[in-house]
Amino acid sequence: MTNVLRLDGVDRSFGDRQVLRNVSFDVVAGRMTGFVGGNGAGKTTTMRIILGVLAADAGQVTWQGEPLSREVRRRFGYMPEERGLYPKMSVREQVTYLGQLHGLTAEAARRATDELLERVGLAERGNDLLDTLSLGNQQRAQIAAALVHDPEVLVLDEPFSGLDPLAVDTVVGVLRERAAAGAPVLFSSHQLDVVERLCDDLVIIADGSIRAAGSREQLRSAYTTARYELVVETDAGWLRDQPGVSLVDLDGARAVFDLATDADEQQVLRAALERGPVRAFRPVTPTLAEIFREVAK
Amino acid sequence: MNAMQATRLVAAREIRVKLRDRTFLISTVVFLLIAAAATILPPLLSGGPSTVAVTEAAAGPLRAAGLEVLAVPDDAAAEQAVRDGDADAAVVTGPAVLAMNDAPGDVVSALSTEPPVRLLNPDAVDPVVAFLVPFAFAFIFFLTSQTFGVQIAQSIIEEKQTRIVEILVAAVPVRALLAGKMLAGTILALGQIALVAVVAVAGMAFGDNGALLSLLGPAIGWFVPFFLLGFVLIASMWAAAGALVNRLEDIGGVSMPVQLAVMLPFFAVIFLNDNVTAMRVLSYLPFSSPTAMPLRLFNGDAAGWELVVSLALLLITAAGFLLAGARVYEGSLLRTNGRTSIRTAWRERETLG
Repeated sequence: MTNVLRLDGVDRSFGDRQVLRNVSFDVVAGRMTGFVGGNGAGKTTTMRIILGVLAADAGQVTWQGEPLSREVRRRFGYMPEERGLYPKMSVREQVTYLGQLHGLTAEAARRATDELLERVGLAERGNDLLDTLSLGNQQRAQIAAALVHDPEVLVLDEPFSGLDPLAVDTVVGVLRERAAAGAPVLFSSHQLDVVERLCDDLVIIADGSIRAAGSREQLRSAYTTARYELVVETDAGWLRDQPGVSLVDLDGARAVFDLATDADEQQVLRAALERGPVRAFRPVTPTLAEIFREVAK
Repeated sequence: MNAMQATRLVAAREIRVKLRDRTFLISTVVFLLIAAAATILPPLLSGGPSTVAVTEAAAGPLRAAGLEVLAVPDDAAAEQAVRDGDADAAVVTGPAVLAMNDAPGDVVSALSTEPPVRLLNPDAVDPVVAFLVPFAFAFIFFLTSQTFGVQIAQSIIEEKQTRIVEILVAAVPVRALLAGKMLAGTILALGQIALVAVVAVAGMAFGDNGALLSLLGPAIGWFVPFFLLGFVLIASMWAAAGALVNRLEDIGGVSMPVQLAVMLPFFAVIFLNDNVTAMRVLSYLPFSSPTAMPLRLFNGDAAGWELVVSLALLLITAAGFLLAGARVYEGSLLRTNGRTSIRTAWRERETLG
């Protein structure tokens, strides 16, 4: 069976309020899957269900084709949205403890902790109590806590919130390593630019339903309209009269326009060249933020 | 890894953290000092036989009675010796006994002939001891179940408050988490009591109280199982109380019933300990039996079968409370928005177990 973490028709209600409706998507091994959605869209609930912290009302979650058991989930790494470790315990001690709870021997847990603290840049502070660390460093400790047992699957709820840019780079590096080593990595984030930079696959949730899921390229092309940007030497206003062109934005020499399905972009380019030099001509792909806005509407 | 190993890991962490806690260490040392003082000091302070100032001529019978004799030349010197505090009493011509403010019983009885006394129902235990021992038992149970019960509640709240509980329940069964905390609390409580007991026994041996020791022996032996089950009972309530709130500041609101369940039996046993009927009832009620039953045994009032019945009742109650506490714990552990009502906690068991 392929290494896929699969959600299949997951429903969940709190009281009368249904927060997840028929949620289905795959998280594929070796790929970073970004999970985006507005506040209250159901990201955290979905992740909690994957980890067995919450039960699903209907549907199931499988890993490698098998329904999840506690034994399987113990090999998952989880970083909850609301961060927490023991404030009065040293970083090294509690990361080691969590490693042991996830099934490592004391010796293996110690070794893994030392390596990880080194990797996330906390080796020096390892023996300090958690609550003496800065928030950013506490976040790094949290990452170490999620990774200490070398998890098969990683589920991280907002792993970048509260991190400074340097720490984001460290964490991104660590996560990429895990993905490259063959783990499926599912992470949620509000920071769409970070997701855009980082994810291979994307799942968009709104109002408890999955609105779009697939690889970044697939989504891009699915939501790409025939939109182009043209920069000429002088004024580009003539585009207004060009057949098949509807202007989106015009700013002197620069224009963004959509092209009718039956129109040919090469023809527009030729028309531009006839009028003078062309400085730039390129298709405009939507940013993730634009796709998200479109999909989550 | 199975639930057992998880429980052990959790318990080991709780104990490790506690053993580094300064408040805990200091309170343990204070207990030990109290135990040592309570057992070593009284025999030292009671100070042995009285010193009697008397002329050499009248000293014979007093010496024979085992009193310290301070030989003085005459009655005036004898009186002066008492006034100066050199002697506890003086015997002067008459014979009359002089003392400052307290008639010296041993001197008086050395000089008088007492009729033989035959007690038909002698106290098995010195009444003073009979008063102090129940107090000590009840106090130990009260203090320990309170201290370590609160500690279990605090540790549960800490995990809820910091939200680490989400990582924990994703890794280990919720019940293993609770079991580990209960186990750690029990081990620490028993450990502390055992230390106090060792010091007390050593103190009694040192203070020449071997007789009391042999009397206390069986009561202490029975106190251990009663204490253990009683502790589980109280700790289950504390665990449930802790799981219902999210912040340490809020624990006051839910801990009241638990406090009462510990406090009322404590005072009942203290105040009713010479009321035979009341003590019989208290020795069967699960919340008071951990102190009341060993006490009746100590006073020679309890038959063997009574102990077994009472212990069985306590066992059933403790098991019931443990299951109920575990259910409330499971139902409220992940509800991190405000306080959870017992009813909601009872109905909702979120995790997959």
